[in-house]
Amino acid sequence: MLSRVADACFWLSRYVERAEAIARILDVNNQLLLDFEDQNGATPEQHWQPILATLEDQELYTEFHDGITGDQVMAFVTFEKKNPNSLISCVTLARENARTVREQISSEMWEQINRLYLHMHTPAARAAFFESPIGFYRSFVDNLHWFQGVTDATMTHGEGWQFLQVGKFLERADSTSRVLDIKYHILLPRGERVGGAVDITQWMAVLRSCSAMEAFLKISRGQVSGGRVAEFLILHDSFPRSLRFCVDSLDTALHNISGCNRAHFSNEAERLCGMLRSSLDYATVDAIFQVGLHQYLGETQKRLTEICDAFVSEYGHWLEEDLVGSE
Amino acid sequence: MQGLLDQYEPGDFFDEMFEAQGNPRPHYSLLAERFATMDLAELERKRILAERSYLNQGITFTVYSGEEGTERIMPFDLIPRIIPAQEWQHIERGLTQRLQALNLFLHDIYHDQRILKEGVIPQEIILSAKHFRPELMGFNVPRDLYIHVCGTDLIRGRDGTYYVLEDNGRCPSGVSYLLENRQAMKRVFPKLFSRYSVRPVDRYPQELLSALRHIAPGGNPDPTVVVLTPGIFNSAYFEHSFLARAMGIEIVVGPDLVVQNSRVFMKTTKGLKQVDVIYRRIDDDFLDPKFFRKDSVLGVPGLVEAYRAGHVSLANALGTGVADDKVTYYYVPEMIRFYLGEEPILPNVKTYLSAVEDDRRYILEHLSELVVKAANESGGYGMMIGPHASQEEIAKFRAAIIADPRGYVAQPVINLSRSPCHCGDSIEGRHVDLRPYVLAGEKITIVPGGLTRVAMRKGSLVVNSSQGGGSKDTWVLDEEDVVC
Repeated sequence: MLSRVADACFWLSRYVERAEAIARILDVNNQLLLDFEDQNGATPEQHWQPILATLEDQELYTEFHDGITGDQVMAFVTFEKKNPNSLISCVTLARENARTVREQISSEMWEQINRLYLHMHTPAARAAFFESPIGFYRSFVDNLHWFQGVTDATMTHGEGWQFLQVGKFLERADSTSRVLDIKYHILLPRGERVGGAVDITQWMAVLRSCSAMEAFLKISRGQVSGGRVAEFLILHDSFPRSLRFCVDSLDTALHNISGCNRAHFSNEAERLCGMLRSSLDYATVDAIFQVGLHQYLGETQKRLTEICDAFVSEYGHWLEEDLVGSE
Repeated sequence: MQGLLDQYEPGDFFDEMFEAQGNPRPHYSLLAERFATMDLAELERKRILAERSYLNQGITFTVYSGEEGTERIMPFDLIPRIIPAQEWQHIERGLTQRLQALNLFLHDIYHDQRILKEGVIPQEIILSAKHFRPELMGFNVPRDLYIHVCGTDLIRGRDGTYYVLEDNGRCPSGVSYLLENRQAMKRVFPKLFSRYSVRPVDRYPQELLSALRHIAPGGNPDPTVVVLTPGIFNSAYFEHSFLARAMGIEIVVGPDLVVQNSRVFMKTTKGLKQVDVIYRRIDDDFLDPKFFRKDSVLGVPGLVEAYRAGHVSLANALGTGVADDKVTYYYVPEMIRFYLGEEPILPNVKTYLSAVEDDRRYILEHLSELVVKAANESGGYGMMIGPHASQEEIAKFRAAIIADPRGYVAQPVINLSRSPCHCGDSIEGRHVDLRPYVLAGEKITIVPGGLTRVAMRKGSLVVNSSQGGGSKDTWVLDEEDVVC
């Protein structure tokens, strides 16, 4: 497969996954806001600033707006084309990448992402958003799930598909770690304690952002605490958005591309990924909290970036350098 | 009959559908019946349905204005053009004959130049052609084929005779619309479609692929074939990617390829992989910055060297532009007689060469009645339709012809045949042409029909999509199904 095509598949998939993560975060924060609006005197800044911090959009946002209001933040993260992390930008980039690899992906995949792109650019999309942001984000995520389903059902699970898997799980691991970290940015209102009602509601929002509420409750028997939520989202072996599951799937996809046995590695990306995978296999939540959750997540994000860099240079090195002897 | 087509005025033209007002030609009678049961609202609904499917599939070209390009679809008209079996056989024979002659001509002028030596075509006409490539003299292309894909433009005059207007032997485009228009028609008119026995068109990509495999270097039975595109910003990118998909081969851009030891490779995740045949949708000038235009960033440095070493084949071959020259066009009937010893089946449009003194005088005296065309432009550019031209335009072309007589030809205005089209809130006649796609592989094959292009603007004779033209599905009927 052409390196350029592999690269486009990888990014196509990352942008689709990123769009989903952002939409979920916005949806959940919106709901939290509705729950707490009247109960504590938190200002819109206190509510929305953590979102901007999590999405690393803060700097750009302040270039566009003076103050922080919910509507402005949501519009900025949803429809602002100049924000490279907005939903509309992610969908546009996913679609641009898809357009360059139309002969690799199925027509159904292309049509789905193209339809979503066209829809996001219509006045109807904005009208739906203003009428009900929660409804808008739900249907947005549904559309992306449609894309994921169509991808699995209509595309050959060959090399191109494996590159899509790498992009998906790398991005998803990163998103889960960011969503967990959101709790670090949200301050508890004065008078609230760790383990209190507000604290628990916030952790539940984190679970909802990862679509993990129901799965979590099945094994926690109703007990919600920071430790348990972190354990679930980091270490669970079969929940599809847990860090461990994502890294394991990433490792599988990397080895499927190279054909190397999973007990070994054949390139730097596989080596780094294998190390992260085994550290997640043998981690405990107590050890993580000893390091500090925020610290641990920051470290993990760094390791994911290293895997990504090694991967891109392994399979896409043609894209950057000229070949020796080819003039 | 009543309904949609009642008020339709065939006008003083050859109308594809009607012999006279209210009197459809026999092969259109079923269609006329179907349209009689329909109102404009239903037609409009169907149009929107078709349009949305084009948009969702991304069958668009990009129009740039401001910072973001907008994607437009090519206007699609729902009333098909129908060609009876016998008429098509005539066209098919004529196109086959023509492409055979053109390929023999290209081989001749890049080798012995018999046709020039024997004075059938004046030597200076060919040697001065902008796209003649003296560098390629004596070079043997695989199977002696130069034009593998030809998009010949046919028009019909007042009496319905088919004429050849242009031979497009470089990188003719539009075939994806032919194929997609058929899909759209099946979707919106399933019943009507099944009542006619329309010859299928969907084997085109497979025939194209076998024509490409036919020219693999050294007769390699399992060559690697790719489509080379200028990239996603090219207005025909959809078509390039469509054809790659339909043939199941890779689509590449210049930077995906690299030349080493006079061989072309593509850069894959598993290292370099040799490429044998390139269906290039980039003009000669941009193919290789080492050989042609130095400023081209679309091409592949060293490609021509690999081509001349015989390690990679190009379709179409280099240097076919000389056959596209509108002055060369004038001599195609002579070529047919010279190489094949046959009379041309499809006539040319009467053409005056401003390079010939008598013709030039005639052209300059009749500018306001003639269509003047630059010899090496396409896409409806570099052209003047005398009766529609302003005084300034006429003066501009007069000066240009005097300055560069070799660069222009002129033809009488042909009032192209018309076909009923859905135009807003009525059905009106619009001028059409027909571009069949002729493939030269082991033998010459033509997918039945072609792209019927429509000049959507009232009265306009310009059908090119870059000038706001649209298209129609073209139905060639099966032999047994001659409707009387």
